[in-house]
Amino acid sequence: MTTTTATPYRSTQAAARDGFLRLLHGEWTKFRTVRGWVVGMVTAALVTVAVGLLGAAGSSISCSGPHGGKCDHSVPKGPGGQEIRDAMTLVHRPLTGDGSITVRITSLTGRYPEGGRQPADGDPGATMLSGVQPWAKAGVIVKDGTKQGSAYAAVALTGAHGVRMQDDFTHDVAGIPGGVSAASPRWLRLTRAGDTLTGYDSADGTHWHTIGTARLAGLPETVQAGLFTTSPEYVVTSNSLGGSSSNGAPSRATAVFDSVDLHGKAGAAWAADVLGGGGPDAPGAADLGYRQAGGTYTLTGSGDVAPEVPGRGSPAKTVENSLIGVFAGLVVVTVVATMFVTAEYRRGLIRTTLTASPRRGRVLAAKAVVIGAVSFLTGLVAAAAAVLVVGAVERSKGFPTYPTPFATSVRVVVGTAALFAVTAVLALALGTVLRRSAGAVTAVVVAIVLPYILAVAAVLPAGPSRWLTRLTPAAAFAVEQSVHQYAQVAADYTPADGYFPLAPWAGLGVLCAYAAAVVATAAVLLRRRDA
Amino acid sequence: MRTLRQAVHAEWTKVRTLPGLLWLLAAVVVLTAAVSAGTAAAVRCPAAGCTQDPGRISLTGVQFGQAGAAVLAVLLISGEYGTGMIRTTVTAVPRRTVVLAAKAAVLAGLLLVAGVLAVGGSVLAGRLILPGHGFTGFSPAHGPVFRAAAGSVLYLVLVGLLSLGVATAVRDAAAAVGVVLGLLYLFPILASVVSDPDWYRRLEQVAPMTAGLAVQTTITSSGAPIGPLAGLAVLAAWSSTSLLTALTTLHTRDT
Repeated sequence: MTTTTATPYRSTQAAARDGFLRLLHGEWTKFRTVRGWVVGMVTAALVTVAVGLLGAAGSSISCSGPHGGKCDHSVPKGPGGQEIRDAMTLVHRPLTGDGSITVRITSLTGRYPEGGRQPADGDPGATMLSGVQPWAKAGVIVKDGTKQGSAYAAVALTGAHGVRMQDDFTHDVAGIPGGVSAASPRWLRLTRAGDTLTGYDSADGTHWHTIGTARLAGLPETVQAGLFTTSPEYVVTSNSLGGSSSNGAPSRATAVFDSVDLHGKAGAAWAADVLGGGGPDAPGAADLGYRQAGGTYTLTGSGDVAPEVPGRGSPAKTVENSLIGVFAGLVVVTVVATMFVTAEYRRGLIRTTLTASPRRGRVLAAKAVVIGAVSFLTGLVAAAAAVLVVGAVERSKGFPTYPTPFATSVRVVVGTAALFAVTAVLALALGTVLRRSAGAVTAVVVAIVLPYILAVAAVLPAGPSRWLTRLTPAAAFAVEQSVHQYAQVAADYTPADGYFPLAPWAGLGVLCAYAAAVVATAAVLLRRRDA
Repeated sequence: MRTLRQAVHAEWTKVRTLPGLLWLLAAVVVLTAAVSAGTAAAVRCPAAGCTQDPGRISLTGVQFGQAGAAVLAVLLISGEYGTGMIRTTVTAVPRRTVVLAAKAAVLAGLLLVAGVLAVGGSVLAGRLILPGHGFTGFSPAHGPVFRAAAGSVLYLVLVGLLSLGVATAVRDAAAAVGVVLGLLYLFPILASVVSDPDWYRRLEQVAPMTAGLAVQTTITSSGAPIGPLAGLAVLAAWSSTSLLTALTTLHTRDT
């Protein structure tokens, strides 16, 4: 009797390298060879552009004036090329070289239309209530001429935000807080030394406090220095479910200046200008202007010296308007990314995959890298095409567009591509967790697209909209925001107006956090569960 | 007739015994009522000039609940395509019309029950919360409120039938859910960016979601793009078109 020992079978084939790159190659081959998925990704890009085009095609711009026809929707541009509002009552003298202007303000009062409704013609005072707008401004200004949009620096007392130093429309620094009365006046001073303007304020005219400095590059030798008063439009927005409506009409501010002291080589006489606002013939503009009695100047102004903030009501288009189709593209990407894993469960291919590569976490990682990269590219192409094509259609239809700095455009396009990629990874991970495509697709769409619709299509009022775009994965749409929110401009900064509560990358971070949590869950479940 | 009854019974057995489907239905009820109650709690009406529609507010959850209804409908049919069960089904009941009719009947019945519970919960929450927030005269006994509530139940059923038709035609679950949710949610977004009033009205009139949800209007407004019942009829047209397409593909296609 001899005992035979069985030698276990050993393959003579050399073991294949099980590097991550090979795994990636395998997953890429799976993706590439399923025609439906490739077609799906192309569809995602096409849908993104097509929905944007539909939005542009369905918009029109026209003049509601008595003669109809073409009208000028152009907005004045500031020194930085940004769209601005530059309307005020300005009393000025030319100032050559260095110098300074000092004033005392003893009163700032205002009137505003009740309910934001335009008072009827011929009866301008009938529905005006008395009260000064929070961002009404009166003070001293040094400006590069009286053209709208020219460079300036100003120190101004505001209706409710104390003394501010502002320059070139977008910059704003706070000075002494509090309001003004005859008993407690405010002294303001602005000095020019070359390109540098320095603002001071004081409560008594002897103890001065520096607010800040502004550098206005390229300021000419001779500038206009003087007093100004302005008061922004009074807007009442009624928020409601399924849409909000707003009424707005001009308000007035009246300021009393005395102890005016202009140092330096100044021109002889004061000249008064009403900048913007349609000139003295515009309805209700009769009371704009200034009176001088001895050393006391009383200026009444209306308008605003501030950046233009786009919103629902503004006719001009922003770059994110052309990306309105992104959510539709995301739905398609979600479907493909989910199927990228659920199809394996349905066909049983997952068993082959996990046999070939038993380290399951790496399989999930490879799948995520492949679908993320493909979706990123799809999003990049789709967003770039949408911005270019839809923007061109909007311009050809006569819409003015808000100029977007190149860096912001790049961030919007790349951010949108990242939005596609992270959404795809989230969908893939959720597909791995649920192993069923219908549930996974629905969950992703309900989590990302539905809050976006509720917030952006103004289905919900502003409060819940802000919470939705802060807490849900839909916060990631903030990465498309190109518009700025300015503290010194009162406006409706709601998601429906294009203003998200989180900063662009922070918003995308919220989605990334959700995706990371689901990917981690998927990795654990994939390891623990039977395939 | 007897075949139809048996087919319905068979479909009901499938729904009853498949894991998750009835849980999904429960989720629709809870989600709808919870979102409705949350919205009602978040909204306040100013004493002067209250223009908000209490009907729409108290039924906001339907916008979420419809996603669940759509998924349920998709799972009813695409699950069979996924596993090959559809071949057994059509072998047992060779008449495709009967198969689809049975599925539609079971789905409609389920959604009717879930819809009554979900909408009932929403209206109850609105009845309790809204009067404290400045809304007056919100009561289920009020004609338009009853119409809004009953219409919302029908809305859920019709969205389910629309999804069933799409899923039958598309066969794949993920693609079907994508198509249905895209179809529902595309139009409201598009309408929000379209500035041409004619386009806006047209979009609101033809879109399955915006037109269908017009049934939730409880206050008279002359500017509404479409009336409550006409809106529901638009959605019904979408649903029947989708079911007819499904029937055609079922007849002409191999399973």
